[in-house]
Amino acid sequence: MAELVSMRKAYGDALVALGHSHSDVMVLSADVSNSDFSFMFQEAFPERFFDVGIAEQSLVDVAVGLANGGYIPFANTFAAFFASRALEMVRTHLCYGNANVKLMAAYSGLSPSFDGPTHHCITDLAIMRALPRMTVIVPADTVSLTKLLPAVADYEGPVYFRINRNEVPVIYGDDFKPVIGKAHQVRQGADVTIVACGLMVSKAIEAAATLETSGISARILDIHTVKPFDREAVIEAARETGAMVTAEEHSIIGGLGSAVAEVTGEECPVPLRRVGVNDRFAETGPYEAILQGYGLTTQAIADAATSVVKAKGAGAAR
Amino acid sequence: MHAHSQALVGELTRKALEFRIDVLNMVLTNESGHIGGSFSVAEILTSLFFHHLRIDPDNPKWPDRDRLVLSKGHACPMLYANLAHRGFFDPAELTTFRSFDSRLQGAPDSNKTPGVEVPAGPLGHGIAIGAGMALALKQRSSKPSSQSAPSSRASAGRVYVVLGDGEIAAGVIWEGALAAAKYRLGNLTAVLDYNGIQQTGATADRLPLEPIADKWRAFGWHVVEVHGHNVAEILDTLDRCDEVHAQPSIIIARTVKGKGVSFMEYDHRWHGKSPNDEEYSAAVAELEKEIAKWQN
Repeated sequence: MAELVSMRKAYGDALVALGHSHSDVMVLSADVSNSDFSFMFQEAFPERFFDVGIAEQSLVDVAVGLANGGYIPFANTFAAFFASRALEMVRTHLCYGNANVKLMAAYSGLSPSFDGPTHHCITDLAIMRALPRMTVIVPADTVSLTKLLPAVADYEGPVYFRINRNEVPVIYGDDFKPVIGKAHQVRQGADVTIVACGLMVSKAIEAAATLETSGISARILDIHTVKPFDREAVIEAARETGAMVTAEEHSIIGGLGSAVAEVTGEECPVPLRRVGVNDRFAETGPYEAILQGYGLTTQAIADAATSVVKAKGAGAAR
Repeated sequence: MHAHSQALVGELTRKALEFRIDVLNMVLTNESGHIGGSFSVAEILTSLFFHHLRIDPDNPKWPDRDRLVLSKGHACPMLYANLAHRGFFDPAELTTFRSFDSRLQGAPDSNKTPGVEVPAGPLGHGIAIGAGMALALKQRSSKPSSQSAPSSRASAGRVYVVLGDGEIAAGVIWEGALAAAKYRLGNLTAVLDYNGIQQTGATADRLPLEPIADKWRAFGWHVVEVHGHNVAEILDTLDRCDEVHAQPSIIIARTVKGKGVSFMEYDHRWHGKSPNDEEYSAAVAELEKEIAKWQN
């Protein structure tokens, strides 16, 4: 079992490092800085930290104004509020206006598990991915987060950066070099490709080990950039392995699974199963229990992979 | 006694009348656009663009420029007329308004139109965005500027947000107002185009705003009330608000929707409709008669 490290603590550390390397970075909060750990930046750079109160629409609009002045604002609140309450600001000013604002979407997916469905955020990838000009990034672990954050600061245009609240397994070593817009192949495999993002990359790795024991060789792609989507990597994987599984901490509607289905449907139709939350609200409880209860498990990925490999065989036999 | 010369006041008053004719021509092009709110905001925008704002049409992104946010984005015909005649683009382009492939979109687009700072159209954004701009300029002013200002004023720019009255029903206006007060943004001035009429009728019947001055005062703002079609008063008040350093200011400008054309005044039906040929000719004739009074 991989070591577990807190994503929000890693985010706080990475944000402080960014403050040192980028004097034009400003950090904004809507009164959740001790939840998302942006308070660490506040302590290090008080003159570059602005708390606008529990006012998420204002949070985004004030950030737009700072970006107009040439700064790189990092706005912080929960994913659920960017992708719902402040969405009109995101659409009109970040995307249509092409404002250089970075949305730091904390408590994403089911990770605020005890807060329940009001705070879970399982539709943000669908929403953000549909907006022209938006870039959508989902780091799989703390290493990925730490490496991607400075790249986000240097990347011109609006970015939605999805951060897990909890301790998650460390997948990558210090040599990991993620590039925005490029899928990362975590594991070579010939029979099926598991396309995953965020926490589900670690579960895909476990699933691939299980599948190996039953003779199925699974490739894994980490899609840390859900948009712009690395079509070529996904098409190549579909051609070479002939079967696809997607895994995301999100609704199966509109997110990573949909992106893969769109691209393979157009370019290389192959058997496909989507692992995610099946069009329903979850409930309150411990994180692992919620993930189990709503089907976001290693076993679900392995079962889906077995099923698409079978479907591929059936198709070939006809 | 006003601080500005009668010649300046007369010139700006005349321009605001002329720009109303531009607006009529623009709206006529595609038989769409907003006349009533463009006319009520005419003297406010013209006073800003042709005297008060420190801007450079040849360098629209000059970092220390003043920012103008037209929060009531549907009044963009009047904004475009001001930008064009101020030199941001050729006035001949004005009548492409709302046409396919035009830089002059139905609501302002900062990526297409030189001099437009942010998109507008969906209402209520101006104060919070203006607060962010003012925060940025405050940060800049604490550092030496890379480019010197074209005016005598050495500091970084200031922010001016022009609001409609109907739009301040939006909650985010008040979220932004609180943030601007918290950060003591003396470099932010809002001007409320208080014409009292919105799309479907009187503002007082849709969502009453009174006591409007008290509300802004309670939110920590410096409040001044003016006649919104009196250029001399507008210019003086803008100057005075620039001297308020510890809090943001709002100028509540009493205006008339459709101001300048008798049959359009106070009539909500002219919020967003185009005149027919007869109405167009009558409106232009009224405005030309008024313009003649201001020729020197």
